[in-house]
Amino acid sequence: MQQTEFLNVVLPFKDKLYRLAKRLLVSTEEAEDATQEILMKLWSKNNMMEDYNNVEAYAMMMTKNFCLDRLKSKQAGNLKLVHSNYKDENVSLQNQVEVSDSLSWIERIMEDLPEQQKMVLQLRDVEQYEFEEIAELLGMSATAVRVALSRARKTVREKLVQKHNYGIK
Amino acid sequence: MELSNIEKLLERYFEATATVAEEEMLREYFTKEDVPLHLKEYTPMFQYFSIAREEKFTRQVPLKPRKKSYLKWISVAAVGILIFGIYFGRSYQEQREAEYAYQETKKALSLLATNLGKGTEKVAYLREFEETKQKIYNKN
Repeated sequence: MQQTEFLNVVLPFKDKLYRLAKRLLVSTEEAEDATQEILMKLWSKNNMMEDYNNVEAYAMMMTKNFCLDRLKSKQAGNLKLVHSNYKDENVSLQNQVEVSDSLSWIERIMEDLPEQQKMVLQLRDVEQYEFEEIAELLGMSATAVRVALSRARKTVREKLVQKHNYGIK
Repeated sequence: MELSNIEKLLERYFEATATVAEEEMLREYFTKEDVPLHLKEYTPMFQYFSIAREEKFTRQVPLKPRKKSYLKWISVAAVGILIFGIYFGRSYQEQREAEYAYQETKKALSLLATNLGKGTEKVAYLREFEETKQKIYNKN
């Protein structure tokens, strides 16, 4: 496979990889590094890529595993300390200050979720995957995905309501 | 969309039984339309998800041409051959050295043997001398 061809295959889902990585690793730089790593791994294996009938699912799984490994590794200890850039550039497009504030709350709330719920929520509500796809990606049953998703959504709602009521964190 | 409909959808959303399409409807409703006050608390959630979708990976990934990997493997193979060569070359040389030492010892031993042979020859003369001496003694 040639480089341009490879880029065409990768292009539709590389942002998804990045967003999943960022959801798990939180830091922008870490997520960019992880995505780059995954893309380079894919590139180095690109002879085999024709054999995978779903390259996107495969890449997503690679990203998930890579990030979880990363979190488990010792370096992850510093990772959490370093990061404090909760502000998303895109959020500032929102002209209502109050809304953009609650948006960064949600990001923070999602950070506190367990990894599995984080991933389920990311894959469903942001990337809009079907339950079956998520189940396959995360190696869970579809029912377990539903349960985790419901739990995650309810937690987000609960914490959001709490924050609204108290006004401050 | 009707309010009761939205409320029903929301309930299914939190039970995670809504389909992707239904969730998309909710997302649209909360990002576009005027949301009644009692549902306002959900807006940041849905807005966040739609905004989070927009985030892009902008870094350029340097994709190296594939030839480089061949070079890498060739160098690995070369190092392997070199190590084998040194290992076997050394054992071969050791064997040759041992052979040489063996030949030298053999030569030295054979030299010793010939010299010893010469010695015994000379001793044979001595015996002759002794015999004649005895004869002379016996006559007396």
